[in-house]
Amino acid sequence: MPPGILTLAADKVTLSPANTGFMLICSALVMVMTPGLAFFYGGMVRVKSVLNMLMMSFISLGIVTVLWVLYGFGLAFGTDKGGLIGWEGDFAGLSGIGVTELWGETNIPIYVFAVFQLMFAIITPALISGALADRVKFTAWALFIALWATVVYFPVAHWVWGDGGWLFDMGVIDFAGGTAVHINAGAAALGAILVVGKRIGFKKDPMRPHSLPLVMLGAGLLWFGWFGFNAGSWLGNDDGIGAVAFVNTQVATAAAMLGWLTYEKVRHGSFTTLGAASGAVAGLVAITPACGSVSPLGAIAVGIIAGVLCAMAVGLKYKLGYDDSLDVVGVHLVGGVVGSLLIGLFATGGVQSDAKGLFYGGGLEQLGKQAVGVAAVLVYSLVVSFVLAKVIDLLMGFRVSEDEEISGVDQAAHAETAYDFTGAGGGTVARTAAVPATGAATAEPAGKQGTTKKVDA
Amino acid sequence: MKLITAVIKPHRLDEVKEALQAFGVHGLTVTEASGYGRQRGHTEVYRGAEYTVDLVPKVRIEVLVEDADADNLVDVVVKAARTGKIGDGKVWSVPVEEAVRVRTGERGPDAL
Repeated sequence: MPPGILTLAADKVTLSPANTGFMLICSALVMVMTPGLAFFYGGMVRVKSVLNMLMMSFISLGIVTVLWVLYGFGLAFGTDKGGLIGWEGDFAGLSGIGVTELWGETNIPIYVFAVFQLMFAIITPALISGALADRVKFTAWALFIALWATVVYFPVAHWVWGDGGWLFDMGVIDFAGGTAVHINAGAAALGAILVVGKRIGFKKDPMRPHSLPLVMLGAGLLWFGWFGFNAGSWLGNDDGIGAVAFVNTQVATAAAMLGWLTYEKVRHGSFTTLGAASGAVAGLVAITPACGSVSPLGAIAVGIIAGVLCAMAVGLKYKLGYDDSLDVVGVHLVGGVVGSLLIGLFATGGVQSDAKGLFYGGGLEQLGKQAVGVAAVLVYSLVVSFVLAKVIDLLMGFRVSEDEEISGVDQAAHAETAYDFTGAGGGTVARTAAVPATGAATAEPAGKQGTTKKVDA
Repeated sequence: MKLITAVIKPHRLDEVKEALQAFGVHGLTVTEASGYGRQRGHTEVYRGAEYTVDLVPKVRIEVLVEDADADNLVDVVVKAARTGKIGDGKVWSVPVEEAVRVRTGERGPDAL
């Protein structure tokens, strides 16, 4: 977010139709990242839990949207209270906002800013879900999202982007969410899996991705939507910085894909599809905080470094023995930390802010600020997420039963399966829907009869 | 009568079918199968994690023939299915006591 403009001062500014239109489109682009993420993750899990994986992202669109309207926007972007949290009565329920009221000096309506930021609030908890694939109760996950958004995301968004937020005031640069989104979600993933534990069969059973085309589809949608995420984060101001962010997003993502693939070829012998998709996402993550403050050449460096380091990091779970199913820690936490810290080296100064990185004559000051931002968000999110997961585990149990995990969360939680593989004799239709009002209404549905007989036998 | 069973690479199915038709075989049964021989499948890599895939896709062809044709037919199948590379498959024959054409009730060689 651009520094110094997040205030409700509507003097001397007029609504910009261009910026407003641009920001509404960017909001829609960021929205599509969440279903994109769902497919990216969904393709990586086994057939028996792909629907659950899709739903773990999709449900965030439901839960976080409602919370955001009720109090999330107020907590994140309301008037600052001690640098730690915001509040604004008019933001509760979005009830006191006029359609022509503008967000500070940005020339866009407050409604537009609120909906753009809403999309960030939605995807961040959805990112965590990849770490918990295949093994958690859907109700527990839904509760986790609601609590996590309230206690972790809304305050951290205020720290990083809110006017008066303590990291914002310190001068920590996070253009579009390296700290508030990716480090935040990655650390939460680590906290949650420390409570939830490993999948049954981790390191023993094959857990191959069931559909790499879905992974590529999801990665492509993420890449596409990310232009709204990054270029939109300058809120459509008329100074070209949004364009810098757009270019750097493309450049770093391309470089990270090449970095990951090269590492893979050298280390494992093949250029894999999953590596290309993962490298691209790692690049997107790493450039997110930095895309407003580095040059395109700097973006290449950020991309390559993130691509290689994240490719190395995803192997750590096997060595350290924790089961981060789809490498949320390896890609989002590590990628976010890399991108945030590299600002301290590659920031050119004079673009998003005057702060220069070490390689551009700025000394170590900005690197130090970035490190504080990284550490603060990492530790807060890790600790609070661990506690939240523990509380949910004690209240209702976070995991599904062993039987349900083995047969698949799709059937247990959603009463569905993703694909119909049946040949002959693929099941019976229960006559529940079309029973006539009289006469046959007392007849037992065919499906139930079948089930009862089985149990008796 | 003999039952010839061939487990071959899926992409050789068309060649084997054509060779069988040229030989004069009127019918056959094809099943999708999976398995491995001495080569033990292959290795796949996902984000650096290696998985050994033991069972590789094959097709299984079954043909009923008269005793006198059995040896020649096995040769025809082997020739058509061969690529010379590892995993080409196996062909074997076993004696069959009886065969019946369901539509007419004909038995033995008349049913083929």
